[in-house]
Amino acid sequence: MKAKKGQVRVITGNAVGAYGAMICRPEVVAAYPITPQSELAEQLAQFVANGVLDAEYVEVEGENSAMNVVLAASIAGARTFTATSSYGLVFMYDALQETASFRAPVVMVDANRETPGIHAVSSGQQDMISARDTGWVQIVVENDQEILDQIIMAYRLAEDYDIQLPVMVNYDGFYLSYLAEAVEIPPIEDVDTFLAPLKQQPGRQKLVPGVSIGCGTHGMEMGYVEARYKHCMALERVKNKVDEIDKAFGDYFGRYYGGQIEEYRTEDAEIIVLASGSAAGTVRTVVDTKREEGVKVGMVKLRLFRPFPAERLIKALKGKKAIGVIDRSLCFGWKYGPICMELKTLAVNIGAIPILSYIDGLANLDVNVPHIERVINEVNAAAQGKPYQEVTWIPMEE
Amino acid sequence: MVIKHKNIFKTESAWSNADEKLLCLDTGSWRTERPVLDKEKCNYCGLCALYCPPQCMKDMGDYFEADLAFCKGCGICATECPRNAIAMVPEGEFADEG
Repeated sequence: MKAKKGQVRVITGNAVGAYGAMICRPEVVAAYPITPQSELAEQLAQFVANGVLDAEYVEVEGENSAMNVVLAASIAGARTFTATSSYGLVFMYDALQETASFRAPVVMVDANRETPGIHAVSSGQQDMISARDTGWVQIVVENDQEILDQIIMAYRLAEDYDIQLPVMVNYDGFYLSYLAEAVEIPPIEDVDTFLAPLKQQPGRQKLVPGVSIGCGTHGMEMGYVEARYKHCMALERVKNKVDEIDKAFGDYFGRYYGGQIEEYRTEDAEIIVLASGSAAGTVRTVVDTKREEGVKVGMVKLRLFRPFPAERLIKALKGKKAIGVIDRSLCFGWKYGPICMELKTLAVNIGAIPILSYIDGLANLDVNVPHIERVINEVNAAAQGKPYQEVTWIPMEE
Repeated sequence: MVIKHKNIFKTESAWSNADEKLLCLDTGSWRTERPVLDKEKCNYCGLCALYCPPQCMKDMGDYFEADLAFCKGCGICATECPRNAIAMVPEGEFADEG
């Protein structure tokens, strides 16, 4: 069975986020506007005001309350949605951990932006990266269509009985949040059909009026260990589930994204560039150009950041001669970028090959074509046994 | 991996019955002072029960009394009581009771 052709609209990434949430019919929405996400919060409020979306829209005084509202609504059984960015995500830090620990299937959009300290109202993945130990599932998308499709897939993942975890859908603030692209919005009935298998599953535990049950309160010693163990095991199950849902989504809606990672021209590639987010689109273009020049290069796009798709990455990267990793964030205390640092833990399985770390695209600086060409040239030289620099801050060397 | 641990929670998330388990820790052993009620002053307003953090004030019909198995001795009931009907008495004075 195939979904009907949807309506095509040319809208910004933020508007796509609002449409993506709306067609999944959340029952409770709480969001606080923050650059670069504000348009999303406003558009969703408009949907509720116009009666397009039948949801309780809670106007909160800050992001911490936003997350606590959707957490409470979620454990009471509602389908929930929120969106934030940067300072907002940081302000939710405790609530992020509670939401994940309560196993509340909240879906949140995070428009990636640099974090507090150096006041950069600009794009970067630092907010998402810094929230990696909160227990959430974190997925990074590349373009506006993928924002929409991934929100739909996020509900199917979060509310799956075997998973029961909150999912954060990340897209590049400023780049995608304000970029208008043609996006196909599927008919809402078809989204209902895609999410319908959730209704066949056993119901999760919910708060019930008059019944004194509590969540997350009795965790001393073995209670804590058991809850954490189950949480970690559920995160492990997320990996295959992401691939399954991607396949089911593609079979129905006609668009596949590769699941945990997308492999582009990797099969016969000798060297690989690992990228994520909107920068992956540029990398794909440069890979094509370099292929014409005879360089056997491929790209792996990281879609799932938490849990880290170790098994899929090993399979895709084993036997390659060198890898370049582009990080749009920092890993304080390590000289490599965070995604590179995590990839290096797989070196035992991938093989003793050069893994070059590139820091680029911080604070609205573009990961542009010359930068990626440089990465490919250097990784290619490293693959041929030439000396190489382990870590390169590209903007600092220009 | 061999899992020997017997599950505490029946559900995937850490849900439990609050009637049975909210008061499951031996918080009474943390107490250094205990609330002692002067029944003459108490007018059964219930503020102590409202403010009690572990919610261990028992409704006795015309007054409230702390469940000493769970009362941590924080003294909030004594502070909030508008009629000063609750006194916090050091546990040492009850040493004979064990």
